Amino acid sequence: MLTIKKIQKTFGTLPVLKGVDLHVNKGDVIAILGPSGSGKTTLLRCMNFLEKADDGIMVFDGEEFELGKIRKKDILRLRQKTAFVFQNYNLFRNKTAIENVMQGLTVARKMPKDEAHRIAMEMLTKVGMADRATHYPHQLSGGQQQRVAIARALATNPEIIYFDEPTSALDPELIGEVLNVIRKLAEEGMTMIVVTHEISFARNVANKVIFMEDGNVLESGSAEDFFTNPKEERTKTFLHTILQEREI
Amino acid sequence: MSERLMHILADSFMKILVPGLQMTIPLTLLSFACALVIAVVVAMIQFAKVPVLKQIARIYIWIIRGTPLLVQLFVVFFGLPNLGILIEPFPAAVIVFALNTGAYDAETIRAALESVPKGQLEAGYCVGMSYLQIMWHIVLPQAFRTAFPTLSNSLIALVKDTSLAANITCVEMFMATQRIVARTYEALALYLEVAFIYLMFCTILTWLQAYGEKKLNIYD
Repeated sequence: MLTIKKIQKTFGTLPVLKGVDLHVNKGDVIAILGPSGSGKTTLLRCMNFLEKADDGIMVFDGEEFELGKIRKKDILRLRQKTAFVFQNYNLFRNKTAIENVMQGLTVARKMPKDEAHRIAMEMLTKVGMADRATHYPHQLSGGQQQRVAIARALATNPEIIYFDEPTSALDPELIGEVLNVIRKLAEEGMTMIVVTHEISFARNVANKVIFMEDGNVLESGSAEDFFTNPKEERTKTFLHTILQEREI
Repeated sequence: MSERLMHILADSFMKILVPGLQMTIPLTLLSFACALVIAVVVAMIQFAKVPVLKQIARIYIWIIRGTPLLVQLFVVFFGLPNLGILIEPFPAAVIVFALNTGAYDAETIRAALESVPKGQLEAGYCVGMSYLQIMWHIVLPQAFRTAFPTLSNSLIALVKDTSLAANITCVEMFMATQRIVARTYEALALYLEVAFIYLMFCTILTWLQAYGEKKLNIYD
């Protein structure tokens, strides 16, 4: 469904992505793990053109694009097939929860208001936020805001959803409610790429894991192999450190 | 206070207020509406870093902010006729006030646009909206709320600045007062009277500002 080949990105003189490959099948839940500064978020942002990659190829539904010189028209079209969930939610502050969810339908896709409203309510119900539909973002907790953001992502019926550390900005007691929603989506077969630090979530929900360090993919494979039988020494250390931190 | 003075003040009140309602207020509102349009366009050009237009916007702001309003009025009303461009007093005043206030408001709106977190724009892109759609539905409304108190300031300043239009023969409140003073020689009382009416106008605007701010505060 989606293939990325040799994606490269440099900020100034600092190379952040050094030729990363990625292959996504329909229904995949891919967890991207790795230490801070390894390029995980940049990879995700380049895939949705929030950052412009310097070089590389993207093949989406059989169509091939050169990431270095992709046209605005294609970016707009490709973005309509995807959705993005941010670390700090980025709900539109001047819109209520339901308006946030409707925005991509009524404004970007010119859908009639009543139909958009119906879909938006359906999505808010799905994430358990229907009773807060008319609340503004500042009236919601972080976990609630993130669930609305997920409803907003779902509303446009994307082929793939990118999650950029969706729980990193949340208080520990709010992480569960968001992860549960993502888990439910995985069970329904939604294709997702999740940059995360939640090891147990990656282990239980993802079917593939990618471990990045220093702008490269160090190890990738099925989630089961990755956690039970990591090949690279660096991956072992990383998992070991993180699991130890958990115990503390 | 003498009976004569009381009589003059009472008699002149309507003679000052009516030009206020017929000239000062329309001049203010029309100029301010045009100024806002100019300001939003100029601010967005700078915010979006449109080449060439951005430089033109900077030059416009530089010239307007660097020259006195009264001189600008004189250039347009008394100066342009030398080039064969004759403009009636009222439209000349509207043009100058709109361009002048527009330059200051453009800076206010530009700063407000820049205060909207970048994530709002990115979230808009991610739901498939175009740049202009995001600006119109998401960024500008949020910027407007931030800019509102400062824009209200500029509206209140404009109410008072319209008195300068007396210099280019607009019969607004101040000129109406000057005419009565010329006849009656009661300068202190009459100028205080017109000052009081300006104060009333501005007080109403201050109330409206407070009401507007309350309305706009629902989402933060």
